[in-house]
Amino acid sequence: MTYSAKFRVWRGDAEAGDLQDFTVEVNEGEVVLDIIHRLQATQASDLAVRWNCKAGKCGSCSAEVNGRPRLLCMTRMSTFTEAETITVTPMRAFPVIRDLVTDVSFNYQKAREVPAFAPPADLAPGEYRMQQIDVQRSQEFRKCIECFLCQDTCHVVRDHEENKQSFAGPRFLMRIAELDMHPLDTLDRKDQAQDEFGLGMCNITKCCTEVCPEHIKITDNALIPMKERVADRKYDPLVWLGNKILRRS
Amino acid sequence: MSGPVTSSAEVSQTPEPTGRGVLAPGRPRIPARTLRTDRWWVPQLITGTVLGLFAIYATIRAFVNTDYYAEPYLTPLYSPCLSTKCVPNSSDFGTPIGHWFPLSPAIIILIFPLGFRLTCYYYRKAYYRAFWLSPPACAVAEPHAAYTGETRFPLILQNIHRYFWYVAMIFSVILTYDAILGFRDQHGRWGHMGLGTVILLVNAALIWAYTLSCHSCRHITGGRLKHFSKHPARYWAWTQVSKLNARHMQLAWVSLVWLVVSDLYILLLAHGSFDDPRFF
Ligand code: SF4
Ligand code: SF4
Ligand code: FES
Ligand code: FES
Repeated sequence: MTYSAKFRVWRGDAEAGDLQDFTVEVNEGEVVLDIIHRLQATQASDLAVRWNCKAGKCGSCSAEVNGRPRLLCMTRMSTFTEAETITVTPMRAFPVIRDLVTDVSFNYQKAREVPAFAPPADLAPGEYRMQQIDVQRSQEFRKCIECFLCQDTCHVVRDHEENKQSFAGPRFLMRIAELDMHPLDTLDRKDQAQDEFGLGMCNITKCCTEVCPEHIKITDNALIPMKERVADRKYDPLVWLGNKILRRS
Repeated sequence: MSGPVTSSAEVSQTPEPTGRGVLAPGRPRIPARTLRTDRWWVPQLITGTVLGLFAIYATIRAFVNTDYYAEPYLTPLYSPCLSTKCVPNSSDFGTPIGHWFPLSPAIIILIFPLGFRLTCYYYRKAYYRAFWLSPPACAVAEPHAAYTGETRFPLILQNIHRYFWYVAMIFSVILTYDAILGFRDQHGRWGHMGLGTVILLVNAALIWAYTLSCHSCRHITGGRLKHFSKHPARYWAWTQVSKLNARHMQLAWVSLVWLVVSDLYILLLAHGSFDDPRFF
């Protein structure tokens, strides 16, 4: 079951680069990352690629295969025909460092900006008590492997570099939703989500959900619920009135 | 735009003009707006076509002002019929609008289901992608130079979706009532049933399912809580709505198509094209 596959791999840096053609051996059961490694071993020893676990768990090998944001280690060669030319490029929403390696510091920057979990001041670590059903919902979001494929695909920043200032991206809006749903978090994150992290920029077109390798329902379970929470706070006079009358915060 | 993709070193070394989006400075220089090889435009084309056809059909039907009532069935597109100009017996909720409204009585009420579907999170996704190409498909560059999402007027108004949902709940009750009225015969006597009754019952069921699977409904029933454990009844309701919510897209489509089926059936009955098969 060994055959020769046609690959086009983007090579270059921030100044220049292009798609280069290779013909390379493929064996049964291999994934795209195996082929990239074979290229390194046989034809392009200086080809840069970031990877770590080869098990879909570290989130390092994010790139684009035939134009679709994917983990290289989780994209099976068996999903392509033998005649197909397979194009591999770095993620196109972030600055490229070299070949398939991009500079994802935008994401670390946004991660730092999100205020950390804020438990009640009188509760020492170790005294946290929560019921399973209260934390269940946000456990889905903790499956995130920080591959940033959702951030790469989201058209808000992918197609509009200028929005990187005002938009945290699906991964970090999901983090805000996780904290807002957390039974012990004391911060109110609704105004912040809308005003500082750009939740209103998201038009719920679900590309983040489509590419997430952990199959997290980012849009349905984090972004839309967060939009509804923001609507309670900012756009719903009835909820506002109810809270005033009942003196809820 | 820079030249075609080639593997020739000379071409790649000539300074390429940088632009916006995926061509912004620092990003990998790949001139193609997408490298996707699948037929990514097909889902959007189908969505756009079906939505467009529905819009044309509903507009024509709303304005023609005829063939919307075939005793005992009232088409969902004209329900409730609130004007004194409605054909006899079709106004089950009175005629508070009176006779001043010059156009078809459907126009008065259609604004609510229309607003509900227009601000629906699923339909928003559908038409943003299919009509506004924002984005045309995932990882396909959109044609717009600037983008502000739902942060400004008019799109910030999408946040009133929950109010349309409250009204939609009332409409679900009304359409259920219409279906129950279908258990009469052509002379208003109870205890009968025809194919039209079945069609209207299915319609009511689908409208309920679509309305209850709404994201705002999910939020209102329990999603807005921080402590599910303190509200067991709402938590239970939330889990049920969440199950329906996972099917929201499918329900949006099926309920839309079934509206047309129901309306078309009653149109043909009212027009006299055939008789309603009566079961008893
Ligand atoms: S759903 Fe929102 S956050 Fe996710 S990709 Fe689309 S616009 Fe971006
Ligand atoms: S949410 Fe999914 S796509 Fe986004 S970074 Fe986490 S694992 Fe990757
Ligand atoms: S190498 Fe770890 S996710 Fe692919
Ligand atoms: S009806 Fe679709 S989200 Fe409310």
